[in-house]
Amino acid sequence: MHTSSNLLRRHGRHLWLQAAGLLLAAAAPAFADNAQTIGWTRKTVVVTADTPRGYVEYQNSCSVCHGPMPERPGTRALAAKYQGSLPAMLEDRTDLQPELIRTVVRNGITVMPHFRKTEVTDAELDAIVAYLTRTRR
Amino acid sequence: MRTPPGISSTTFATAIGQFEKVVGSQWVFTEDEDTRLYRDAYSPFLGEPEERWASAAVAPATVEEVQEVVRIANRHRIPIYTISTGRNLGYGGSAPAWSGSVVLDLKRMNRIIEINEENAYALVEPGVSYFDLYRYIQERKLKLWIDCPDPGWGSLIGNALDRGSGYTLPYIRNHFEAHCGMEVVLADGELLRTGMGALPNSKTWQQYKTGFGPWIDGLFSQSNMGVVTKMGFWLMPQPEAYLCGRVLVRRRDDLHELIRLISLLENSNISSGCPDSSSPLLGIGSIGAQARFLAVDEPIPADDPEMAALRDQAEAGDPSGLEAYGRRKNLAYWTFDIKFYGPARVVAAQWESAKEILSAIPDAWFEDQGEYRFPLAEEPKDHARYPEFGIPSLNNFSIGARSSTNPTPSHGHMWLAPIIPRTAEAIFEANKVFGDAARQFGLPQLRFALPAWYWQRSAIFIFGLPVSEDPAENRHHREVFNHLIEVAGKHGWAEYRTGPVFQDAVARQFSFNNHSLMRFHESVKDALDPNGILSPGRYGIWPKHLRKPR
Repeated sequence: MHTSSNLLRRHGRHLWLQAAGLLLAAAAPAFADNAQTIGWTRKTVVVTADTPRGYVEYQNSCSVCHGPMPERPGTRALAAKYQGSLPAMLEDRTDLQPELIRTVVRNGITVMPHFRKTEVTDAELDAIVAYLTRTRR
Repeated sequence: MRTPPGISSTTFATAIGQFEKVVGSQWVFTEDEDTRLYRDAYSPFLGEPEERWASAAVAPATVEEVQEVVRIANRHRIPIYTISTGRNLGYGGSAPAWSGSVVLDLKRMNRIIEINEENAYALVEPGVSYFDLYRYIQERKLKLWIDCPDPGWGSLIGNALDRGSGYTLPYIRNHFEAHCGMEVVLADGELLRTGMGALPNSKTWQQYKTGFGPWIDGLFSQSNMGVVTKMGFWLMPQPEAYLCGRVLVRRRDDLHELIRLISLLENSNISSGCPDSSSPLLGIGSIGAQARFLAVDEPIPADDPEMAALRDQAEAGDPSGLEAYGRRKNLAYWTFDIKFYGPARVVAAQWESAKEILSAIPDAWFEDQGEYRFPLAEEPKDHARYPEFGIPSLNNFSIGARSSTNPTPSHGHMWLAPIIPRTAEAIFEANKVFGDAARQFGLPQLRFALPAWYWQRSAIFIFGLPVSEDPAENRHHREVFNHLIEVAGKHGWAEYRTGPVFQDAVARQFSFNNHSLMRFHESVKDALDPNGILSPGRYGIWPKHLRKPR
């Protein structure tokens, strides 16, 4: 895919978002001899037997767009959608319904495409749902 | 369960049962809730009857399983459409070109079979994404770079077979040219290795591309002649340094000499990265500026109304007012960013040499755009550098996404990407031609644009048209797209790549000598795949029984 000035013209010229809080949320990664790189990021994180599977799957399949960095398209889009009324980072949400997560992953929404079962299996999706609803109130 | 056209439900059920025996029932998908996951998320026919659909999907994990699946399909004449990671969004995604085909989903074939640091190459399977290979290299701390397109979740093999591009060295950023050696399953299940791979116990499969005799690798790209199950890729040794310099010029007509000299620098290996152009006076951002814009760090300032008025004059043929404005405000008419990879002392000398050569343009001036040393101590702050450093991301999926200024996000996009000559004449002409054509269709956003410079020796325009949830708007955009394909063809330009919805239209443009090239493809297709089971319709190549009169 390539960028297109023409498409950008159509979609507006200025996309700056309130991102300072998100930057603070990006914790320094831990390093260790047994560090394993996971996720679609350059961050090296330690994965041990105790690391929740959902956390690992989230880093593998979601964080590249819904991670803690302000340039991540999913985080940016949700910041624009909720205007501060809800956290832009999915991992900070306490209100996510399991069914909503499943529906969005399997149906997609706006420019986010749906995910096939060869990309995110049902078991992996279950783990992601468990991770994102771990602090649900 | 839906069946492929012309296949009885009994035959289909038999084939599905046989697929399940080969790959396991959990990797054969026939329920609607699963097969709809193979829709093209960015389909230009979103939600309309013509949207491409899959009757089923099969996901083998090994070459042997692929061979078995293909044999079964061939025996029952079931059309199968191959995808790698299925993430070719904007160019068709995971949906088949011919509705009702069974998608052969190779995402599970995700092994990195070999990586050679000394000689900078890798051998991978189709499910390996740019993220996967990047992570593999980082974990092992290898001094190697990959070249990736903007979206990092694509398959190296899929992108190379679709002839995609990236941003680093010329021989690497052309992803098909960067490949070395293929393994292919043919329509009868036969296994083929190309190049030096045809030699039993070959020691140089990924080290010498063409082998002996006809070099047939091109037959398997943008086509449907076989199922590629392995490909070698040349990688790039991690350079010591990267340097970017900008040349800026004053006058509209400087573009002629500027492009000539940029090509000279590139074709002489004085510069080594992908050039990137802009026009501050016309308000055209470089690809790098767009990446920064998409990554939110660099807002684009609002236009001065005086400049906007002068711009209209310039586009109508008189650039003198805009040029004078540029002198007053010290704004360039055109700029080029020129990139260099190599030892720090060498890239500095190359930039000095480039400046000497470009100084042939009167009043040209230069700006340093930064130097980086590798390995990086931290993430690059400048998001335009990610793909230039071979770091995969999905940051460009901000295109069309919801944002503070875009409350109605799109549902995707389709890319129109005609190749034009690398001259200012061609750029001016193409702008007039595409601008006039687009205005006819009421698309004012197709005003003056600059091409991208991914390919050596040519330039490429990239126009994005959004996909929405409104069928009327999508129909309008399809009409524009088809019209622009024809207009381009009349002027001797054509797309380098397109999605299934437009492949017949683009293929029709390549009509020299009564379509002799397509007739050749069809002869090969009929010989290799007489039952026409492999990806019918892909890139306009149809098997005999589905071929329409030209």
